[in-house]
Amino acid sequence: MGWVGESVASVKSMQIRRTLSQFISLGMIVSSALIIWKGLICITGSESPVVVVLSESMEPGFQRGDILFLRMSKDPIRAGEIVVFNIQGRDIPIVHRVIEVHERQVTGEVDVLTKGDNNPGDDRMLYAYGQRWVKRQHIMGRAVGFLPYVGWMTIIMTEKPIVKYILVGALGLLVITSKD
Amino acid sequence: MHSFGYRANALLTFAVTILALMCAIASLSDNLNSPSPSAEIQILNINWFQKQPHGNDEVSLTMNITADLQSLFTWNTKQVFLFVAAEYETSKNALNQVSLWDAIIPAKEYAKFNLHTSNKYRFIDQGHNLRGKEFNLTLHWHVMPKTGKMFANKIVMSGYQLPEEYR
Repeated sequence: MGWVGESVASVKSMQIRRTLSQFISLGMIVSSALIIWKGLICITGSESPVVVVLSESMEPGFQRGDILFLRMSKDPIRAGEIVVFNIQGRDIPIVHRVIEVHERQVTGEVDVLTKGDNNPGDDRMLYAYGQRWVKRQHIMGRAVGFLPYVGWMTIIMTEKPIVKYILVGALGLLVITSKD
Repeated sequence: MHSFGYRANALLTFAVTILALMCAIASLSDNLNSPSPSAEIQILNINWFQKQPHGNDEVSLTMNITADLQSLFTWNTKQVFLFVAAEYETSKNALNQVSLWDAIIPAKEYAKFNLHTSNKYRFIDQGHNLRGKEFNLTLHWHVMPKTGKMFANKIVMSGYQLPEEYR
């Protein structure tokens, strides 16, 4: 009867090994995604190198669901560039075009005015109360390229969080139970 | 090994890879185009020129813009964003860029035009330095591709001057 106990033990240890290796592969997927993201931050110099367009204010150039690649360099800000900037009291950064630049003589400090291509007026009414210009420190990056449609998944997931939980759960389950 | 899930996964991965490759090639193909756009801007009239109550100079002017930007369009061009900016230096600012007019050109057919317009955005200085000021009018364009890298360039036109007196 010894062989029964032996095989049970071997099956048990197999199970543990398999579960362990599946958890490790899950960890590898998560950490490689993190490495790619942090690597992009290093290369582009922008704290969020990829953003999803959420509003229609830049139609027809950028549509809802497009993703934008940002770069932040030391180059001065110039009129016509599409910049992503934060406004105090707003959670979501704004992606709009620079229409006015005033750069100081000695300090090089800039005052920037922005406008969405699809909006009738400039952005002064979107700025914080009493703010007349966007400054260098508000700007997170400038758009250098874009890819259409790819961001739709993010929009769906932020607007319907249940989809996100189902998706993450299903993927996790798939990774843990897959037997290749 | 050859389950439905496995095949679906392989097919999806292959399709996404090919799509990404095609997007990259489409974006790279824009480099083959060497555009030769031309433009001319005349200032027809200074409609009015005054100092605002809080001290900034403001001008209203009428321009005639002639441009041919057809060579900017390629098969990967979604639109061209076009704007005219007044650019000048003052004792306070090393560079002032003020957009006066802009337009979105959706297709090649509309890329050759001649139009009269007054400034669409307010031409306001930071301060009161505009009397007799020489400035450049710069036509900037930003090419937005269907996918990939955005391009920008400009034509600088110099030798414009504002009147010596408010009117």
